[in-house]
Amino acid sequence: MKWKIGDRVETRDAYGLALLELGKQRDDVIVLDADLQRSNKTYDFGQAFPERFFDMGIAEADMIGTAAGMAATGMTVFATSFAMFVPGRCYDQIRLQLSYGWANVKIVGVSAGLTQGPDGATHQSLDDIALTRPLPGFTVLVPADATEAYQAVWAAAEMRGPVYIRLGRYPTPVLFDQNYRFCIGALPIMREGRDLVIYATGIMTALALVTAELLAHRGLEATVLNVSTIKPLNVNAILDAATGKTLAISMEEHWTVGGLGSAVAETLAGVAGMPPLLRLGVEDRFGQSGTADELLAHYGLTPPTMVETILRFARSVGASFEK
Amino acid sequence: MVDETKIAELEATAREFRYHLIRMMGANKAHHFGGSLSIVELVVALYFYKMRYDPLNPAWEERDRFVMSKGHAVPTQYCALAKLGVIPFEELDNLKKLGSILQGHPNACLTPGIEACTGSLGQGLSFANGIALAARIRGLNIRVYCLLGDGELHEGQVWEAAMQSAGQKLDMLCALVDRNGLKSQGVVDEAKPLEPLALKWQAFGWHVMTVDGHNFRQICDALDAAETIKGKPTVIIAKTVKGKGVSFMEGQFQFHNAPISAEQWQEAMWLLAPKDLTR
Repeated sequence: MKWKIGDRVETRDAYGLALLELGKQRDDVIVLDADLQRSNKTYDFGQAFPERFFDMGIAEADMIGTAAGMAATGMTVFATSFAMFVPGRCYDQIRLQLSYGWANVKIVGVSAGLTQGPDGATHQSLDDIALTRPLPGFTVLVPADATEAYQAVWAAAEMRGPVYIRLGRYPTPVLFDQNYRFCIGALPIMREGRDLVIYATGIMTALALVTAELLAHRGLEATVLNVSTIKPLNVNAILDAATGKTLAISMEEHWTVGGLGSAVAETLAGVAGMPPLLRLGVEDRFGQSGTADELLAHYGLTPPTMVETILRFARSVGASFEK
Repeated sequence: MVDETKIAELEATAREFRYHLIRMMGANKAHHFGGSLSIVELVVALYFYKMRYDPLNPAWEERDRFVMSKGHAVPTQYCALAKLGVIPFEELDNLKKLGSILQGHPNACLTPGIEACTGSLGQGLSFANGIALAARIRGLNIRVYCLLGDGELHEGQVWEAAMQSAGQKLDMLCALVDRNGLKSQGVVDEAKPLEPLALKWQAFGWHVMTVDGHNFRQICDALDAAETIKGKPTVIIAKTVKGKGVSFMEGQFQFHNAPISAEQWQEAMWLLAPKDLTR
């Protein structure tokens, strides 16, 4: 696609465009939505390929079962809703039909995370990574920008098996140009620095890069890793990036339990000499109504606040940085 | 149309299945006796009378599909698959044993002939809809059967799916309800009333038939009739007896998933052992 670096694009827009192109090239692709097709950007696919699009009504659990049955009959199915419904509302169906049944179904959770914004806590999924990450056979993708989102949809269609793709409605800067090639499991190094490593996912990758710039002004050089594949986690890339660093930081618009931070903690915990880890995200509480930017600020996820939190953490663990 | 010879053959198969169910489940181990015994005639009629199925190629694209939504009763389906030779007959003895392909609940990835993973109730009809919709898109001329327990109808997802089947006019779909009246802990309708059940399905846009679920003539006729219904899915409400065929289990919810004693097992084997059993 022809997004330019720095353009602000919602990853759900990339989803809609990717589906349209997929629909043209592959007649086995079916798209399901649960009455949110305009918001989830599946609407255009439905207009272009009405025989391969189903509005399943407000029945997410049924949608997952239907998707699995279609997949068992040779189709590649994208089942879409807000992330708080898919996976949130139909965890049992996803566990049984998609994970245990290893169905060729791609579930796409749109408007994920805190930046869902005004609808408040009920609609801000902060647990969707935690729900999908433990499921055997699942692939969990959290694209950082529109380019990655577009290619992640294709990558999901091209592999067999269940995939969760987490998408948002926050206009986030494009970080990758057309020459970028998204590859499941590859964790792009966005920036290299000697002092600390930041693991970021989704929209937080762009914010991590700003945070790293601010840290540089304070004399700390950060490596930033874009963890757009949460599962299967590239353990070597996680460990390599942490080796020799004084601190490790994870950043996600998700609860600090069960998501990227937990995945990194599980990885670092098994290896000697790894740096202490600070998990940034939403602590043990719900979100609330507000604009996306207000919410990021309120929950301490804007770059200036994150810099202060990181420096406080550095002091608390007695970190000293070689100059 | 089913003839008398075929009915006699089906009845013999049903007797054989009940014997094998008790034999493979054995004594002193918890098994889903009640709901496996109540569906024997339904499963036998599907596999040995109605369905277009090639046992030598269980993955044949044009096969009719059978989705066992009440997954806990899968031992009866295992009997059918064993008799067809889709799974080794000897494997029945390994039911629920570590490493067996015969899991306690259906696993489509592991067991040949199993179409869907079920076991958490209420999900099979959605899956069956998915098969039917994909088959329509792909131009596959197949029929899809989905067997539900009556207690399972408490699950809201069943009714989400029921609206979908009717809305999409899935006349290649036939649901069967094992209306034995009992769930794991007692009477289905005492927890949440299903009646008037036929009217409920009708109101959801389905063609409804009610049969004696242990009478092959009625079951086969209903399955034949279902094929002639156009523009809507069909549900066959089969009035059954939980634990059918083993006198001390009949109509008793206590044998939903429970062990039987060695004495009870012997008694059941004696009741069911066919004199001319060859296998």
